[in-house]
Amino acid sequence: MSTAIMPNHGEEAGQAATGISATRPGRPAHWGDQLFRLLLRAAGLSLVVLVIAICAVLVWKALPAMRTFGWRFLVTSVWDPVAEHYGALPLIYGTLLSSLLALCLAVPLGIGAAIYLAELAPMWIRSPIAFLVELLAAVPSVIYGLWGVFVLAPILRMYVQPALSRTFGFLPLFQGPPYGVGMLAAGIILAIMIVPFIIAVSREVLLAVPNTQREAALALGATRWETTRIAVLRYGRSGLVGAILLGLGRALGETMAVTMVIGNRPEISASLFAPGYTMASMLANEFTEATSNLYLSALIEVGLLLFAVTVCVNALARLLVWSVGGAVAGGRE
Amino acid sequence: MADGMFVRRLRAWFGSMEVLHGIDLAIAAQQVTAIIGPSGCGKSTFIRCLNRMHEVVAGARTEGQVLLNGADLYAGDVDPVDVRRRVGMVFQRPNPFPTMSVFDNVAAGLRMNGISRNGALADKVEASLLQAALWDEVKDQLDKSGASLSGGQQQRLCIARALAVNPEVLLMDEPCSALDPIATAKIEELILELKRRLTVVIVTHNMQQAARVSDVTGFFLMGELIECDQTSRLFTNPTDQRTEDYITGRFG
Amino acid sequence: MRFQLRRIVNRVMNGLAAASAFLVVLPLLLILAFLVYQGASSVNLDFFTHLPKPVGEPGGGMANAIVGTLTLIGLAALVGLPLGILGGVYLVESRDPRLPWAVRFLADVLNGVPSIVVGIFAYTLVVLPMRRFSAVAGGVALACIMLPIVLRTTEEMVRLVPNSLREAALALGIPEWKVVLRVVLPTARAGILTGVMVSIARIAGETAPLLFTAFGNRFWHQRLDQPIAALPLQIFAYAIAPYDDWHRQAWAGAVVLIALIFLTSLAARLATRGRVRGAR
Repeated sequence: MSTAIMPNHGEEAGQAATGISATRPGRPAHWGDQLFRLLLRAAGLSLVVLVIAICAVLVWKALPAMRTFGWRFLVTSVWDPVAEHYGALPLIYGTLLSSLLALCLAVPLGIGAAIYLAELAPMWIRSPIAFLVELLAAVPSVIYGLWGVFVLAPILRMYVQPALSRTFGFLPLFQGPPYGVGMLAAGIILAIMIVPFIIAVSREVLLAVPNTQREAALALGATRWETTRIAVLRYGRSGLVGAILLGLGRALGETMAVTMVIGNRPEISASLFAPGYTMASMLANEFTEATSNLYLSALIEVGLLLFAVTVCVNALARLLVWSVGGAVAGGRE
Repeated sequence: MADGMFVRRLRAWFGSMEVLHGIDLAIAAQQVTAIIGPSGCGKSTFIRCLNRMHEVVAGARTEGQVLLNGADLYAGDVDPVDVRRRVGMVFQRPNPFPTMSVFDNVAAGLRMNGISRNGALADKVEASLLQAALWDEVKDQLDKSGASLSGGQQQRLCIARALAVNPEVLLMDEPCSALDPIATAKIEELILELKRRLTVVIVTHNMQQAARVSDVTGFFLMGELIECDQTSRLFTNPTDQRTEDYITGRFG
Repeated sequence: MRFQLRRIVNRVMNGLAAASAFLVVLPLLLILAFLVYQGASSVNLDFFTHLPKPVGEPGGGMANAIVGTLTLIGLAALVGLPLGILGGVYLVESRDPRLPWAVRFLADVLNGVPSIVVGIFAYTLVVLPMRRFSAVAGGVALACIMLPIVLRTTEEMVRLVPNSLREAALALGIPEWKVVLRVVLPTARAGILTGVMVSIARIAGETAPLLFTAFGNRFWHQRLDQPIAALPLQIFAYAIAPYDDWHRQAWAGAVVLIALIFLTSLAARLATRGRVRGAR
């Protein structure tokens, strides 16, 4: 699942170290070869064309809304299809808040679990747990949503939210009626969904730390935890930040599970109990209801925004994760 | 001062494969003991048993005793973490922590042991770097990354880092094999200095180095200690035929 | 004294790390247990053979949704597999200076694009010109999701084929294109198959891109240019509806879907059992 995230050996060498091109430099003479090369290049090109096309289509379709609302689109809170006033601020707020909440829950657990799997766990337990984590990542969003609606939301409504109200009710975070569904439910479900990715990537980052670093710390008389802290976590810290960003990227784009538990109300509220709306869930709910061209265009502009943000976050994340693989001098082992 | 290390009936395994078959060796205090032998003879495994690094590998185990100042390092109530502070190690390839500065590298072990006041740290770091003959070269670059030094300097940095926690014994596993001749010479000079304060055990595949640097040399072959003697005597007049064959290059 | 403290800290941190690992696995087990508990009893023969009943009437099944999902996977694979496999081979065997880097980078970008945005793209490209929701549109959306997965895993697997194999074949006078098709690809076959199955497991569960492409259908679809039912779509529709019977069926659908996905994932792992995967 995530082995495609770490860089391939061939990339770092610049020129491919494997493949026909490594065994026979020079131009192919055989016409069959030329045709084949063309075919391969076309396949590669098709992917490039596809991504550019997605970008172009989004911009093209969002243009009417962008021209009508300009930058106000990002800061207005009103989303009124009837009066045709569209402001995406509640969506942006909801997306960011739910993702942030998810990160707060998923990052400590995820990195802790990754440390356990990479450094501390006895050998016999590593494979089963890693396998279970992979299974967790394979569960589709809609099934998490199903569980969220029928299991998590009632539990929140009947037990957790009242308890939080009683103990922390003085904080605006925990005020308001306990619906069950709302920002808190969305955050929890998102956390469950992104934790396997954070674990998988963090684990790869930690395993990429050369063993000589651990030995250096151990030989100084460090405990297992101190070794992990000084030699492993420090060395891999940029990769771990990358893993966190990858988790963020996933959380931002997650649709179905969030739609089913967030309450679907485009409002900004300080309370975690309140219902909210994310960019992705609005698209899921309202896309087929779009009656006018401007409505559709506004929705697609939301999609473009989502596209741009996730692409940037993911690109940054990959850069950071790759940097642990070999950029540090003398780090290759 | 310390009265040296005594190794008694030391055996070691990787899983079910026995790699050390009962080693008995006396390592004299404040002397340099060299361990030589062909590849695969168990010399690295042996040295790693002296600071309980061998057991870190999954499936590895040991039997026997290693006495330091009369106390067995493998006794049931002894914490390996404590052993490793008292018996320091320098590795084949220099492994400074690349995300830390020169200063922080040397201070790493000190900080773990609770010394955190800047004044006390700075003094100890300087003392260790002086001991490692690196101070003059890095005293104005203490903030630079540990990995930005040359190979020989990195290795001396690792030696300084190991010395900072005040070990009684320093183990060196082929410390010069990744270095050029000039850097090697500097480290050999350093070893002769260090033995005034510490006990040094050095594994080397370079017999000339063993002859230059050590007082006592032990010859290992296939997991056994074949012969151990004063260096000068071992190289000029070995007792065992196998030792003579190795030294004269009949096999390697 | 200090040493004791360090030992305690060591114990505590190790304990926390272990606790995190088990806490993380717990939701999975809970969810799966609940799924089976709620849905297993409703998975009967009716479920696999009947169409959904009209609103309010109990009974019925999701036969059309199951067939629909399989149809959509087939449509997506039609485009996604050849392009993905050829593209992956391109990344390994090509001598072009810059295009491979761009392909690799953009494949990773595409991997990270939210699936609902891919749905918007397919909507604009297929649904708008055709003026209707269709299986084809759903297939296009799923193909876009499948493509980068297949491409990158194919690249990884083909890269693992040792150069000595290529050289031996070339030395026999076989043209390059035959070497790739007859020697390299068959050698990497198991790994490529794994990548394909992983991508199938992924798109089988995708709902968002289908919401406004395939759209869903309560009946059998007659042609591919009509809306088509899909298992995740049906689960979603039933889950948010107010009828208990539909909720029950949603759980059943979830059980079938997760069984499909897990079995595919398991098969994917078994295909590469014992093979070296990349750096680890």
